[in-house]
Amino acid sequence: MKRSVWDVIARFFGRDTGSKMAAKERLRLVLVHDRTNISPQLMEMLKQELVQVISNYVEIDEAALEVNLESSDHQVALVANIPVLMVKRSIHPA
Amino acid sequence: MGEVFVVTSGKGGVGKTTTTANLGTGLASLGHKVVLVDTDIGLRNLDVVLGLENRIVYDITDVTGGHCRLRQALIRDKRLDGLHLLPAAQTKDKTAVSPEEMKTLCEELESEFDYVIIDCPAGIEQGFRNAIAGAHRAIVVTTPEVSAVRDADRIIGLLEAAELHAPRLIINRIRPRMVRHGDMMSIEDIIDILAVDLLGVVPEDEQVVISTNRGEAVVMDQRSRSGQAYRNIIQRLLGQTLPIMDLEDGSGFFGRLRRMMGLK
Ligand SMILES: Nc1ncnc2c1ncn2[C@@H]1O[C@H](COP(=O)(O)OP(=O)(O)OP(=O)(O)O)[C@@H](O)[C@H]1O
Ligand SMILES: [Mg+2]
Repeated sequence: MKRSVWDVIARFFGRDTGSKMAAKERLRLVLVHDRTNISPQLMEMLKQELVQVISNYVEIDEAALEVNLESSDHQVALVANIPVLMVKRSIHPA
Repeated sequence: MGEVFVVTSGKGGVGKTTTTANLGTGLASLGHKVVLVDTDIGLRNLDVVLGLENRIVYDITDVTGGHCRLRQALIRDKRLDGLHLLPAAQTKDKTAVSPEEMKTLCEELESEFDYVIIDCPAGIEQGFRNAIAGAHRAIVVTTPEVSAVRDADRIIGLLEAAELHAPRLIINRIRPRMVRHGDMMSIEDIIDILAVDLLGVVPEDEQVVISTNRGEAVVMDQRSRSGQAYRNIIQRLLGQTLPIMDLEDGSGFFGRLRRMMGLK
């Protein structure tokens, strides 16, 4: 990776550009999972049930479905990315 | 009635035993009556760090198993009045002592000593549960690395679950130069992530290794920076409010330049 002149100068004077930013970011993410205590198995179950429910309404690309826990400043969110293939023509609510 | 502290970390090798030895030695040098308890059964270490390895007759499992009286197993440091060690067993495993037995043992110790400091083994299994069973307060040790801070976070959660509230953090082996260059997490970074009270910061220091080689505690070395760091931590344990020491020497051309430019 090429470093800009400014980057080198900033680094020289001790600004936040070094590998600690990577450390902090990785820590934040791993702690989100640790703290919420959601196991990979539980995530998988959640995903499967989401697929079932959503499939009643729209046709989705199951293989491309992504569900993740993400953190932004002091907040944890469950972020789902669900590619829709086709919306079902007629929906009959139960 | 004495206070019972447990020194714990989750991750191994971050400095629990070194911390225990220094806090104990420092407190005893101020005239307090102190006992250090090594609960790392099977991996006895505190005795060699303190230079007391040749004086062991009985160990903690002899006491909890009723094979000797507590008084017989305690080793008194002849160099420093008030400092005592209850050594771990070397040939047994961690299940040789139960949390209930530890609780009883701590109650007996706190009736006789001002400070009981328990050196916890690495991990979160029975050794950890034994070590925290009789403690009033916890001191969590970490280093500025992703894995160590992650484990500290886990430990803080487990302490909370065990109703050992408000643990205090020691950040060990910090390297000011790397922090300055943005290649090591800073004190603020770590506190921000773990959200606990900071008890102190100990710099990476060769003098720790040199003192430990001799079976002495660096806290008695008046010139070393790590010794000063431990003395500050002890003052905070005793209830003083003391600023975190400036780990940068700040001298030299670049130190002055940085300060001049307001870059700390
Ligand atoms: N501030 C420091 N500067 C330099 N070396 C240090 C420092 N703190 C600890 N060490 C060294 O790191 C090593 C591990 O320390 P220590 O045995 O105290 O860790 P521990 O957490 O008790 O390990 P374990 O989990 O195996 O019980 C030792 O060799 C010790 O001398
Ligand atoms: Mg140890």
